[in-house]
Amino acid sequence: MTFDYSQTFRGSSGLPNTDNIPGSEMRYRDAFNLTLRQELDRDPSVFVMGEDIAGGAGRFEKDGEVSYEEKDGFKPLDAWGGPFAATKGLIQDFGTDRIKDTPISEAGVLGAAIGAALTGTRPVVDLMYFDFVTVAYDQLLSNAAKSRYMFGGQTKVPLTMFARSGAGTGHAAQHSESFYSMLVHIPGLKVVVPSDPLSVKGLLSASIRDDDPVFLVNDKKLINLNGFVPDQEVVFELGKGRYLKRGSDVTLIGMAYTSEICRKVAEKLEESGVSCEVVDMLSLSPLDEDIILESVSKTNKVVIVDEDTPMCSMASEISSIIADKGFDYLDAPIKKVNSPHTPVPYNRDLEFSFMPSEERVIKAVKEIVEY
Amino acid sequence: MEKEKLQWLFESMYRIRRFEETMLEQTFKGKSMGVTHSSDGQEAGPAGVCAHLTDKDWIGSTHRGHGHCIAKGLDTKKMMAEIFGKSTGQCKGKGGSMHIADFSKGMLGANAIVGASIPLAVGAALSSKYNGTENDSVGVAFFGDGATGQGVLHESMNLASIWKLPVIFVCENNHYAEATPVEYAVSIEDISDRAAAYSMPGVTADGMDVFDVYEVAGEAVNRARKGDGPTLIELKTFRYHGHFHADDPKKYRTPEEDEKWKDRDCLKIFEEKVIANNSMDLESIKKIKDLIDTEMIEAVEFAEKSPMPNIEELYSDVYVKYKD
Repeated sequence: MTFDYSQTFRGSSGLPNTDNIPGSEMRYRDAFNLTLRQELDRDPSVFVMGEDIAGGAGRFEKDGEVSYEEKDGFKPLDAWGGPFAATKGLIQDFGTDRIKDTPISEAGVLGAAIGAALTGTRPVVDLMYFDFVTVAYDQLLSNAAKSRYMFGGQTKVPLTMFARSGAGTGHAAQHSESFYSMLVHIPGLKVVVPSDPLSVKGLLSASIRDDDPVFLVNDKKLINLNGFVPDQEVVFELGKGRYLKRGSDVTLIGMAYTSEICRKVAEKLEESGVSCEVVDMLSLSPLDEDIILESVSKTNKVVIVDEDTPMCSMASEISSIIADKGFDYLDAPIKKVNSPHTPVPYNRDLEFSFMPSEERVIKAVKEIVEY
Repeated sequence: MEKEKLQWLFESMYRIRRFEETMLEQTFKGKSMGVTHSSDGQEAGPAGVCAHLTDKDWIGSTHRGHGHCIAKGLDTKKMMAEIFGKSTGQCKGKGGSMHIADFSKGMLGANAIVGASIPLAVGAALSSKYNGTENDSVGVAFFGDGATGQGVLHESMNLASIWKLPVIFVCENNHYAEATPVEYAVSIEDISDRAAAYSMPGVTADGMDVFDVYEVAGEAVNRARKGDGPTLIELKTFRYHGHFHADDPKKYRTPEEDEKWKDRDCLKIFEEKVIANNSMDLESIKKIKDLIDTEMIEAVEFAEKSPMPNIEELYSDVYVKYKD
C-alpha cells in the first residue's frame, strides 16, 4: 500500500491515512538525514557543502581513534556530523568529494555553489544558522536568484540551501532569526518551511530535485519532533500548503514551528467547543494562496501565526492577500500573531515572551470567535 | 607563435576596441537604454588570457565585460542588440550591457556587483574537479583593482587554494576603481603579491602587451589543467574612458597620465612588434581592420532593426517552474 500524502493538500477533506503504510516514527533530524542520503544515492551530481558538516576535516578515525594521516581501515573523520547532526554519517558513506567541509566563508562557499550549479552539478549548501544568510546575501540575491532572468533564461540554478532558524533555545540575537520575508521577497528564489518529519522529507527531496534555487528553513524547535515517515519516496509539490486539521469556526495559519503551535491550540480549543482549521503553509514562495482563501471562505475568521518580526512579514503578506481577494469572506478582523519588533533576547523569560505562544494564539482566537 | 593565433590575438583586440568605440558612439546617440562601461585600453588582457581557452572553459566577468565576452567568442551582433535592449540580444534584452552571458561559450556572465562573479568561476572549477574534467575545463575570474577590496575575493582565493581548484584569478588593474586611484585604495604596489597569502603563484604582467599577457596566462592555464591549482595574475593596464560613459576622467586624472598609457597602446605595441619581426604585414592587418569595421556597422544595423521584446517577457525566466 502506498501513502497518498496529497490527501492533505488543498481541496482534500482530511488527514493522510497511515494505517498499513510501511514506515516508522522518527525525529525530524533523522528524516532530514535519511532523505539527504536517499537523494545522494539517487543522483551523483548532488553534493553537500558547509562548515563542519562532518567536522575535523582532513582527518581520519577508526573506532573513536583520531588520526592526522590516512591509515588502513580508517575513514574520514565525522567529528560533528554537521550542526544538529543533520549530516551525520554521510562523509563515511559518500566520501569527501560529496560531503565537503568548508572554511567559514559563507559568501565564497555559496558563490562557488552557484557557480557549480550553473555548470552542471546540484549542490546542497548548509549555512548552519539562518542568521548567517546575511553574510552571503549578495550571492543569494544577485547571483542565485537573478542569473536565470538577467541572462534571458539561458541558464538555471539547481541549488538547495538550508539553515536552522528560530528562537527558543537560548541562542540569542544572532543565532535565532526567522526572517523568512527577507528571502521570500526575492524573485527567483523559492522558500520552504517544513513543520514535521514527513514534510521535511517531502520538501527536501523536492528542493534538491527542483531546477530553481530553493531555501529550506529548519526551525530548531522542530529538530527533535517525532512523527510518522513512510519508507517510500515522498516528493511534495513546492508551493502547496496542507491541512493539519479541518474545522469550521476559525482558520489558523502556521509555518514551520508555528504550524505545530496552531495544531496544539486547535486540539485544546476543540475541548472548549471552538472548531479550528489548521493550514500549514509548507512553502512560502511559491505561496499557496488558494488554500488560504479556500479555508477562510469557509471559516470567515483567521489568525496568522508567524515567528518573524511583524513589519513586512509573511503574516503581513498573507493578511494583504486575504484583505484583497477574500474581503467578502471575512466576518472579523484578520489577526496576526508575530514576534515583536525587537531582536531576539537571550533571557529565557524574555525569549519566550518574544515568540508566538499557544497562549497568544488562543487569545487572538478568542478576540474574533465571538466577533 | 602560430600565424592563426597571432591573427586571432589582433582580431580580438581590434574587435574589442572597435566594439567599445561603436558602443560608446551609440550610447551617446541614446541607443543604449542604460549605462555602459567601456574597456578600451584594456584589450590585451581578455585577448591574451582567452587565447588559451575553449568553449568548455568558464569565465566570470565584470560590469566592464564587453572585452571578456568578445575574447570568449560571443557574437558582436547579439551583444550590440543586448545593449540596445532588443529581443535579439544575447539575453533577450533583459540583462543589458552589464549582464551579457553566453553559457554555450563558457561565459558565466558579466556581473555588476563588484567581485561577485569571482566565486562563480571558482564554482565552475569545482564542478570540473568534481567531474574529473580539470584538464578540459578551467575557471577564469576576471576582476578589477576595485574588487581587491571585496571580502569575497579573499574567500574565493582561499577556497581555490585549499581545494587546489583549476582557477586563474585575473586582476585587471586599470588603476581606478570608479574615480578612486589604486594607490589610495590598495595597500600594496603589486596586487599579485597577495597570492603569497594563499600559497599560489602570483605574477604581474604588462597588460598593454598582449604577448606578455599571453605568456603568463599560458603558464597559469597549463598549471590549472595539470591539476596544480590556482594562479593570481595581475595585469597593469588602463581604461581610456571614464568609469562609465558619462564619467569624465579629466576630473581625476591628468592628461599626462593618459598620454603615458596611450603611448603604450596594446594595438600599437602589437603592430610594432609583428612588423619588426616580420610575422604579420601591414596589408593583412588592414584586411582584418576592414572586416571588423564592417562587422561593427552590421552589428549596429542588426541591433537597430531588431524588435523590442514582447512585454510578456517581463514575467518569463524568473524560475524554471514556479506555479502550475
